[in-house]
Amino acid sequence: MPGLEDLYREIILDHYRTPRNRGELPPPARMAEGHNPLCGDEIHVYLDVQGDTIVDVKISGQGCSISQSSASMMSAAVKGKDINDVLALVKRFKQMMSIEEENADTTGEIDTSIKLGDLEALQGVVKFPVRIKCATLAWNTLVQALESPER
Amino acid sequence: MTFDSSVVRRDFPVLQRVINGKPLVYLDSANTSQKPDSVITAIDHFLRNSYGPINRSAYLLASEATDAYEGARAKVRKFINAPQVHEIVFTKNATEALNLIARSWGAANLGSGDAVVLTHMEHHANIVPWQMLAAEKGFEIRWIPLTPDGQLDLSDLNTLLDGAKAISFTAMSNVLGTITPVEQIVSAAHRAGAIAIVDACQSVPHMPTDVQAWDADFVAFSSHKMCGPSGIGVLWGRESLLDAMPPFLGGGNMIADVKLEGFKCAELPAKFEAGTPPIVEAVGLGAAVDYLTSLGMESVRAHEVEITAYAMRSLKDRYGERITIHGPTSPACRGATLSIALEGVHPHDVSQILDQENICVRAGHHCAKPLMRILGVTATARASFYLYNTESDADILTDTLVGAFDLFGM
Ligand SMILES: Cc1ncc(COP(=O)(O)O)c(C=O)c1O
Repeated sequence: MPGLEDLYREIILDHYRTPRNRGELPPPARMAEGHNPLCGDEIHVYLDVQGDTIVDVKISGQGCSISQSSASMMSAAVKGKDINDVLALVKRFKQMMSIEEENADTTGEIDTSIKLGDLEALQGVVKFPVRIKCATLAWNTLVQALESPER
Repeated sequence: MTFDSSVVRRDFPVLQRVINGKPLVYLDSANTSQKPDSVITAIDHFLRNSYGPINRSAYLLASEATDAYEGARAKVRKFINAPQVHEIVFTKNATEALNLIARSWGAANLGSGDAVVLTHMEHHANIVPWQMLAAEKGFEIRWIPLTPDGQLDLSDLNTLLDGAKAISFTAMSNVLGTITPVEQIVSAAHRAGAIAIVDACQSVPHMPTDVQAWDADFVAFSSHKMCGPSGIGVLWGRESLLDAMPPFLGGGNMIADVKLEGFKCAELPAKFEAGTPPIVEAVGLGAAVDYLTSLGMESVRAHEVEITAYAMRSLKDRYGERITIHGPTSPACRGATLSIALEGVHPHDVSQILDQENICVRAGHHCAKPLMRILGVTATARASFYLYNTESDADILTDTLVGAFDLFGM
């Protein structure tokens, strides 16, 4: 049986206690809302995209330590990055969460050379299958926000 | 008057499970209850000896199966003191029973200009069927709000009921544990000319039920929350209403005759039991009713008041202001369902930490999202006690929560 220490790594607790990039961005910044229908977690992702670059990102909403820390780490990882690099990172992250293969329509190679950095701490979540949705909520919402028009 | 729950606990095979050297602490009975040996045995015995079709054949197995199925109906009638056995309709669960009322009685009786009254503490099963119908028929849904301590705020009840055709409300909240004043609400409804529908899913398993004392018009509940199997629920309705209603689902068993030009409905209760019913499940439900009756529902309620008082006191003594227990504070006016909030710890994380000690609680919105919004939360961790839970279960819960504060305490 996996222990709590596999799930609640110190870095996860740190992002939960002091979340990065908390807040909102005013229009015309893009926005998407993600819900976890099972547990009621809510995440709002705000993106300021200029050209191909995510210039700014803010996260609001409520949720458990896993969903909130995943959102916080994600915001730190994508801020200032090129959209194509971000989409590659999303794939890489979902692969770590072992759900990339199930999505038949997400074709293309997963670039395993992409460094996950702090995000590696979320690897333990895979041992707690019901929590995987908590960890991926922010990432799915990020993709939605990228696909949304400016407000 | 009450019983020894540590003895009752022995009747439940799954509660004897030891995982990683620790006992199972099952505190999720508001979600679904565990099953005693007698229910498991009754199902096993029926399947091994008497399983067959009901109502259609002359041979011995068919007649034994029919007796078993109809015997379960008779037991349920007695258990809730319904006037007549053919007023008991078996459904798939309480959700289907509530949908049946909305789709059959509601569709025939509600139109634009009409109103149905619900409350802010309803389960989605008693909200969504009405919203679906309202979208088609254009009637209004009115809401009874809550008081700050999680009771129904009935101060405007008569105004809300004015011109309403029905009120549908829970007898006990599955989130707050609140026991609602069923008789008072039913009588106000009748004075206003509305029918009264009681969602008794959370009350029937935990306290005596007398639908005639309630004077209700429809009552819905599920077997799986009252020690019976999943897959069967109960609708009780007044004969006069059921008789006047159109059928819900069409098919076999619910007809008296079918011609190319049309069909004629069967008598009650078959009229509302289209298709092959949950035969095995009914036998299990009958055994569950016998089991609960042998313990006595007064005793079940007395035990739950005691264990609720004990658990609430232990949690408050240990954690004080750092823990919130939503809903009524007095165990006398609530069920044994404790929705708790720990300062700085999300309910999911609470349930994860409790799982390390084999404590089963539900974290989430409990299918009551409107209520969650009113409470200002997205989720709660809910510990719900039943007849097999002991003070030791409450102690393990209280002790284990320390770990949540240690890990997340800021
Ligand atoms: C108050 C209440 N109503 C209705 C239901 C729906 O019951 P079922 O899922 O068995 O249909 C539940 C079960 O969670 C409940 O607690």
